[in-house]
Amino acid sequence: MILWEVSDLERTLKELKTGEKGVIIKVLGEKGAVKKRLMDMGMTSGAEVLVRKAAPLGDPIEINIRGYELTLRKAEAQNIIIK
Amino acid sequence: MPLKFALVGNPNCGKTTLFNEITGSTQYVGNWPGVTIEKREGKAKKIQEDVLIIDLPGIYSLSPYSMEEIIARDYIINEMPDVVINIVDGTNIERNFYLTIQLIELGVNVVVALNMMDAVEAKGDKIDLKILEGSLKVPVVPITASKGKGVTELLEKALNVAQTAAAAGGSPLLQEIHNESIVASIEEIENRIIPTLESKVQNPRWTSLKLLEGDEKVQEALKVSVESLNQIKVYQEDLEKKFDMDIETIVADSRYRFTTDVTRKAVKKKAQASDLTISDKIDKVVTNRVLAIPLFLAMMFGIFSVTFGTVGSSTIDFVDGLVNDTIATFVLSLLEGAGAAVWLQDLIVGGIIGGLGSMLVFVPQIMILFFFLAILEDTGYMARAAFVMDRLLRKLGLSGKSFIPMLIGFGCTVPAVMSTRTLENEKDRRLTIMLVPFMSCGARLPVYALYTAAFFANNQTMVVFSLYLLGIAVAVLSGVFLKKTILKGEVAPFVMELPPYRIPTFKGLMIHMWDRGKGFVKKAGTIIFAAAVVIWFLQYFNFSFQAVSEPADSILGAIGNAIAPVFAPLGFGDWQSAVALLTGFIAKEAVVSTMGILHGVAEATESSTDLITALRTVFTPLTAYAFMAFSLLYLPCMAAFATIKREMNSWKWTLITVGYSTGIAWVVAFLIFQGGKMMGFN
Repeated sequence: MILWEVSDLERTLKELKTGEKGVIIKVLGEKGAVKKRLMDMGMTSGAEVLVRKAAPLGDPIEINIRGYELTLRKAEAQNIIIK
Repeated sequence: MPLKFALVGNPNCGKTTLFNEITGSTQYVGNWPGVTIEKREGKAKKIQEDVLIIDLPGIYSLSPYSMEEIIARDYIINEMPDVVINIVDGTNIERNFYLTIQLIELGVNVVVALNMMDAVEAKGDKIDLKILEGSLKVPVVPITASKGKGVTELLEKALNVAQTAAAAGGSPLLQEIHNESIVASIEEIENRIIPTLESKVQNPRWTSLKLLEGDEKVQEALKVSVESLNQIKVYQEDLEKKFDMDIETIVADSRYRFTTDVTRKAVKKKAQASDLTISDKIDKVVTNRVLAIPLFLAMMFGIFSVTFGTVGSSTIDFVDGLVNDTIATFVLSLLEGAGAAVWLQDLIVGGIIGGLGSMLVFVPQIMILFFFLAILEDTGYMARAAFVMDRLLRKLGLSGKSFIPMLIGFGCTVPAVMSTRTLENEKDRRLTIMLVPFMSCGARLPVYALYTAAFFANNQTMVVFSLYLLGIAVAVLSGVFLKKTILKGEVAPFVMELPPYRIPTFKGLMIHMWDRGKGFVKKAGTIIFAAAVVIWFLQYFNFSFQAVSEPADSILGAIGNAIAPVFAPLGFGDWQSAVALLTGFIAKEAVVSTMGILHGVAEATESSTDLITALRTVFTPLTAYAFMAFSLLYLPCMAAFATIKREMNSWKWTLITVGYSTGIAWVVAFLIFQGGKMMGFN
């Protein structure tokens, strides 16, 4: 597990509110299927994300990335560091 | 030898539409060896040359982590199609090109079909094809598959490529896609490690890249030695130190940098990401915090009332009348006219026509249901339903995508099991299939109707409702239990594209519906046919193969007698109940008619008073409830069994499913009967 200290300017994608934008700095987590899937869907450093909304029950969330809509759970969003 | 063109593209990029457009109706649908992922092949129609089109699974990447991706990759590497046609959604080039780049990395002949050009124009975006072709160094053909536009040009271009270009052994583009450090490491591996491998390497450039990425499938296939792996590790660690990321991330990052760059140069978008498209506006309502769930339930209710309500049941009556009256009577008169033996008449009319009829009556209903499902899927709503329901289902260890199959299960287990195909995680899919039969399907209603009329005349609705709840409760507990035991595994991530809403074409919906329905008729049909004949045989003859007049004397009666003691602790140890439950395997509602026959009541229905009187002499309210609970939970009917086998593609898992549900049924009925008795009920 890579340790990452979240600085003042940085937050995780989970903390972003509806309508807020950010740029991905890093995806945390060990190498493997879950992380690769996030990468494959375009969650790589430099990509801009916009949080559209949360599902009616609060989780998962919907984001706009690389010109399309993607949904992921907060558990996964927590591993994505945003500036 | 025909030329082979493989279609590759992201899910929702219009791949199936293009495939149908190219091949017309001459396609063959099967499964890939060893897995239940659809394999489609067809001959290209629009050109003179002999070309076979192979539709590969819809994928986002060529990673070694999902079955679909491995299939697509293995196919391209091992079968070496002459051209790989990569379908790209023109409205979403940036992400779609991520796969394109990986195809180019493979060093095969790629032709990009830039699809949905009508939508691109409607949005007011501009795409510079020259820049795209210049950057990717492969031909790019604009098409609109849904309208058949550009398809002939696409095929001609692919043909041209197949006839002129020899497949290059590596990709010259690699240097341009990846940064210098990555390329340098790839070249090191190619020069130093590849020559030392025991196995012969077909595609050294790509193989080097995969070894650098740490792709375990490639390592296994080439039997790379520990020594070589350690050498590779040095290159990996150098890069990881340099970029402060793991190696997979470095390579993925590098690819996306390239696609972002190409897209920025070639695509001029009119709208901003934060501008609301029509899709976003629909979503404001459909996934609204307050409206989403009521809207979803209303939609499901609507679909159910049409499929299983008046429209659906009138189709059942129609087919039932057609098969069991018109056709059966006609065939019977033919057989009688020809002087056929009585047993033969009974086999053909009672066994075969009756048995097949019991399945055929569901075909129109299944088609109607599939039609609605096709609408939900093709419009893009299905993904939203999963988005809305995910939270609830996670508690069972499932994901949002399991919700639709569970709901359909209340109608009929067969289409419910088939609709689990939308789940990409194999374990989630197995678990969903195992739980679906606990959703009380329509065919179990006649059993409830009969028994509640006989024993719970004052609370019929409440008792039936309690059985539905019982089924759900068993499913919930089983979900938790199975996820902790035989289907243990990490929680599958829920990362899913929400495709833009699209208006489906009628043709597309019909093809979609027919594709699925056809499978049911064909496969389930063959098994049901065989089983119907066997069961007829068992109830017509005794052990010395003489026709019997009393069902009790038949082989089936003997089997009933033999297994009846198993049901004694559940409160219904008579042989009639045992046989009725056995015939319930043909179709659950057959329990009612069998009970009728065995209790000497002709033409039994769930409301016949003679049968109710007869049952009252055998059952008590408590044993009746235990019997209903058993009927709800025990092994699914033959059609469901055949479908589960087909979808699990494994006898082991099919038998586990059947054994588990029957075991649970026994335990639950036991608890109801023994517990009820202890509490003083009877």
